[in-house]
Amino acid sequence: MIKSEWFFWLVGAVFVIMAAQMLRDRTNPKRHGTAAFWGLLGVCFFYSTWVNEKSLPAEPLGVAVLGLICIGGFNLTGKGVPQTTSESERASLAARFGAKLFIPALTIPLVAMVCAVLVAKVRIGGSPVLEEGSETILGLGLGAIVALAVGMWVLRERRVSVPLHAGRGLLESMGWALLLPQLLAVLGAIFQAAGVGTQVREITESILPDGQKLAAVALYCAGMFVFTVIMGNAFAAFPVMTAAVGWPVLIEQMNGDPAAVLAVGMLAGFCGTLCTPMAANFNLVPAALLELKDQYGPIKAQAPTAVALLACNIAIVYLFAF
Amino acid sequence: MIVLLGVLVVVLGFATRRNPLLVVGVAGIVTGLLGKLSPVEILRTFGESFASSRSVTIFAITLPVIGLLERNGLQQQARTLIGKLGTKLTTGRFLTLYLLLRQLTAAVGLQTIGGPAQSVRPMIAPMAEAATERMNEDRPLPRKVREKVRSHAAGTDTVGLFFGEDCFLAIGSILLITGLVNSTYHTHLEPLHLALWAIPSAVCAFFIHGGRLLRLDRKLERDLVTANAEMAVAREDAQGRSPESTEGGAAK
Repeated sequence: MIKSEWFFWLVGAVFVIMAAQMLRDRTNPKRHGTAAFWGLLGVCFFYSTWVNEKSLPAEPLGVAVLGLICIGGFNLTGKGVPQTTSESERASLAARFGAKLFIPALTIPLVAMVCAVLVAKVRIGGSPVLEEGSETILGLGLGAIVALAVGMWVLRERRVSVPLHAGRGLLESMGWALLLPQLLAVLGAIFQAAGVGTQVREITESILPDGQKLAAVALYCAGMFVFTVIMGNAFAAFPVMTAAVGWPVLIEQMNGDPAAVLAVGMLAGFCGTLCTPMAANFNLVPAALLELKDQYGPIKAQAPTAVALLACNIAIVYLFAF
Repeated sequence: MIVLLGVLVVVLGFATRRNPLLVVGVAGIVTGLLGKLSPVEILRTFGESFASSRSVTIFAITLPVIGLLERNGLQQQARTLIGKLGTKLTTGRFLTLYLLLRQLTAAVGLQTIGGPAQSVRPMIAPMAEAATERMNEDRPLPRKVREKVRSHAAGTDTVGLFFGEDCFLAIGSILLITGLVNSTYHTHLEPLHLALWAIPSAVCAFFIHGGRLLRLDRKLERDLVTANAEMAVAREDAQGRSPESTEGGAAK
């Protein structure tokens, strides 16, 4: 049986190897901080296995997570100058390989789907090939490995170090932002442990009349929209609104389908992202790149679609999630 | 009740543009203390929930292959593909086609081939403008119309990305949902189910935004007519007034 923990070790190992490369990269002015961040993250991925098994204490991992927050939060990470191809080299490579470049990229979702739908049902000697409950995640991991092999074959690249360096370049340019979704999931767990959910639930239940499904759905989706507009980030709004309305009211009290409620709720938050200057990278940066006089031009182009889609999302949850 | 101050920390932190990692860290500690957790319990909660939400960060495993493809010209190839599409289309039709393409590619995990810097500035905005110029008998566009076309090029890219990427199961938002729910509420959600539930909204997004883009052609036509008329009036005014203004200048 292929276990999901093996896959987490692989991800952890990739982080540690890339951290070792970063440490030696003298083009990066903050190479020590960068290497410390990704190296520590990689180690955390290994240590977590025993925390989940409850054979090692979780407190040291908590300290390490706070360490990651400090390294990233106080801007101690940076990026080097990646050794890569130039724009004109890329153009001629693209002309040479053509549409073949898309094959490895399409391999990832294809393998992931096959694993989740078909391989998940395969059993050898009575036990499933893929660990139960982790089929999609394992599919993604296998997909990435197969895609890398296919890519190296299609592009006639023999050195494993080339994709590792290229991946490290992407990792460095995304920086600590890559860890933000996971930390927001952690924050959601702390909210729950501290009783935020119960508190907000009491408030919501006193506002919402009993069994008003449409009002509850609208409150959840509109809440995601408004919080996203204020914070500029649907990911940050998600733990708050889900603890307040999504989980306790829509899923527990009204028996909504969790996948439908939460997936569409997140998209209602995306509608908010389309309307807010707080999401600078999506709305203000394009205006600057296109040299627009009106920096709110993209938001004005997006807002009517966003409002109509918010209504659609409310309708989708209301009609199909219960 | 007082534990809700933790939520306030998050809202204020993000709204005042503090570093998101620090906001999360501070909000976690503050909320834990207000909820009467001991410091050791807070550390334990940080550790345990990190361990059970690792699946959120695993999309990093796809970076080496994406990096390999990008250094071999993936984005350039995507541009060539788009370039073949739209030399004879109107602005609205071209942008609708790009919307569909952006949604489909994002849905199979190719979020990086588009974007304001990767495709909109070098490719989509110029082609959309060129289409509008054809509508304007190849004269340069008035500033207002040009701004509107460029804004729509940027907006189409963003809408296509947002309402395509969630159909891909290894995207941050989908993994955040499963990671949060699985570690907080101790149930089990599969990323694939969530990705499937993103499809209805993606279809709505295509029809709503695509419909608006198709109507954009008529709007641009009207804008061009009024802008050209205004310009003609301004030119006549300038010609009619120019002798007077020279006289006025001489009188001074």
